[in-house]
Amino acid sequence: MKWNKKLWVPVVILVLLVPLGLWLPERFGAGGAWGEWAADGIKNIIGYVPRGLERTSGLWGNKTILPDYEVHGLGAYAGYLVSAAAGVAIVVAVSFLIGKALSFAGKGKKEKDRENGDK
Amino acid sequence: MHIPDGYLGPATYGGLWAATAGLWVVASKRLKKTFKAAEVPLLALGAALSFVIMMFNVPVVGGTSGHATGAVLLAIVLGPWAAFISLSIALAVQALVFGDGGITTLGANCFNMAFAGAFAGYMLYRLVSAGGASRKRLLFSAGCGAYFGINVSALLTAVELGVQTIMYKGADGRPLYNPFPLKVTIPALMAGHLTVFGFVEAAFTVLSLAYILKAHPELVRTRT
Repeated sequence: MKWNKKLWVPVVILVLLVPLGLWLPERFGAGGAWGEWAADGIKNIIGYVPRGLERTSGLWGNKTILPDYEVHGLGAYAGYLVSAAAGVAIVVAVSFLIGKALSFAGKGKKEKDRENGDK
Repeated sequence: MHIPDGYLGPATYGGLWAATAGLWVVASKRLKKTFKAAEVPLLALGAALSFVIMMFNVPVVGGTSGHATGAVLLAIVLGPWAAFISLSIALAVQALVFGDGGITTLGANCFNMAFAGAFAGYMLYRLVSAGGASRKRLLFSAGCGAYFGINVSALLTAVELGVQTIMYKGADGRPLYNPFPLKVTIPALMAGHLTVFGFVEAAFTVLSLAYILKAHPELVRTRT
């Protein structure tokens, strides 16, 4: 299995720099992404909450473990950083499970040869 | 561009869930024939990179903010089908763990960003780079593909949101789901993506690809 360490280093650096992604919009007074408001955000814009939207919007978003990349008890920036690290760890774990299941069956000898070739 | 729960009505999110699930089946069938076990870390790397780059919100001064997705970069390195799976993993974790993008709308979000964005951008990349594979040409093609791909994703998102006002109206004539019509959603989403986020995506893609070409040139080849 190839790890390509030189490519993982930038990912780790990006995780460490991630608070910038929170700070920049605040610094320049920009809101969130267009069309991603919670129900009360919609109310502020048009004066009411569409009924179907109201019914469906609370389905999951506020029941997640780390809603909005915030960690209970941590400040916004620290929480964002922890969320990035946790998210990357989860994404990598899930990718390995799915990737293993999807990679083709003829791995036996061929892959061993390739791995030996890498050393 | 992550559509939250409540913005799309059942027929829209159901249809897009079905389409995306079908595409996942197609992707897994193709990958079982072509995707090597040795490439698993690369799939994970792509998903991780895409996850973290989406957390870098770039402001449009005084307005809204947006971010790159990495879709076309992943398509260039992993091939578009593996990129689709890799990005879907990142989007699913964002929705399930962080509430970024809805559950009902996960099919739509994967369709727009992971499938359409990756494939449209990748096709343009192949088109522009066809016949010449110099480093400069590859990077230029990647930038064009990235700009195009994210804008295709944004346009699809805008159309899906905008048609809700036509598809769903309550007895009082008010919209039931996303309340903004096409003439609002298209300019609102496209303004930011055509002028800023498209270029952010292109810059991110070109810089990353330049780094990969230096560190691991064997990873960048043309494949279908």
